[in-house]
Amino acid sequence: MTETIVNFILFSMLVITAFAIVRQDRLFTIVMLASVFSLLTAMLFVALDAVDVAFTEAAVGAGISTVLMLGTIALTSRGAKPASRPQTLPLLVVLVTGAGLVYGTLDMPNFGDPNAPANVHLSPHYLTNSIEEIDVPNVVTSILASYRGFDTLGETAVVFAAGIGVLMILSGLRHRRRKDEEEEEDA
Amino acid sequence: MKEHHLILRVVTKSLVGTIILFAFYVQFHGDFSPGGGFQAGVIMAVAFILYGIVFGLHEVQRVLPAWVVHKLVALGVLVYAGTGIWNMFLGYEFLHYGSFTPDHMSHGQHSGILYVEAGVGITVTGVMVAIYYAFAGRTPRLGNDDW
Repeated sequence: MTETIVNFILFSMLVITAFAIVRQDRLFTIVMLASVFSLLTAMLFVALDAVDVAFTEAAVGAGISTVLMLGTIALTSRGAKPASRPQTLPLLVVLVTGAGLVYGTLDMPNFGDPNAPANVHLSPHYLTNSIEEIDVPNVVTSILASYRGFDTLGETAVVFAAGIGVLMILSGLRHRRRKDEEEEEDA
Repeated sequence: MKEHHLILRVVTKSLVGTIILFAFYVQFHGDFSPGGGFQAGVIMAVAFILYGIVFGLHEVQRVLPAWVVHKLVALGVLVYAGTGIWNMFLGYEFLHYGSFTPDHMSHGQHSGILYVEAGVGITVTGVMVAIYYAFAGRTPRLGNDDW
């Protein structure tokens, strides 16, 4: 019962934040509200007992990405461009996509359903045998780091590649801008 | 900047140490409680980014220079893959952690998980801080009223 109330309050605040974001046109406010949105999402993850994901959402979504967005605003402009065209087509696309997603969830198993396909095949093996095979109390860690070590190596490589990509794009621009400034000084 | 934001600077100074300690807790206690390399990495990065926001990019780069961060990005992946290759040298499959202690396989699993989680944490910290440095290095210094 308490969990239902907590979920209800959190989801309502999430929707209110989303509408507040849509109605704002100052980018600084939008970024701050997006940070609030991430923090509320993190709380929802805690309510779902997914504390790992909540850590990441709070640190990355509410923290780091907010800082990066603020840095981007500082480099570009402070306000959103006013919409020049009527918004009926985008609204229609959003409504149709939303309806499609809701329709898609109808086929999904209920939350925590023990007979869901994901819970009948591999999960029982991990839950019953991981203490014997890995001897790590946190099953998430033993799945992530040991049973699926290849996946996690791949994920780490993806993070590595993404970081290198961002660095190459941004540092290349800085190099070019510095060169431009030098040319201006010469001229 | 020195004379501004006294409260922010004092609170940040007391928070940064705690955040780093918490990051290490999440990293090394990941076997027993929620968390692991990814979470610890972002929390560790947040500590440095918070310090950078409040004290400026120059100050945080005195603690953690950009070239160190760039090395960390690659080091983590090398630690992870190196653990797997080490297992192969010991005569088992890639990432078969049991090979560290063939007599007692689950002990080896503990050390293997520790190494690969450390690798994940190092790379994630490096990437997050490196991206922050890359953004902040291009941002002009703003006054309080510019927002």
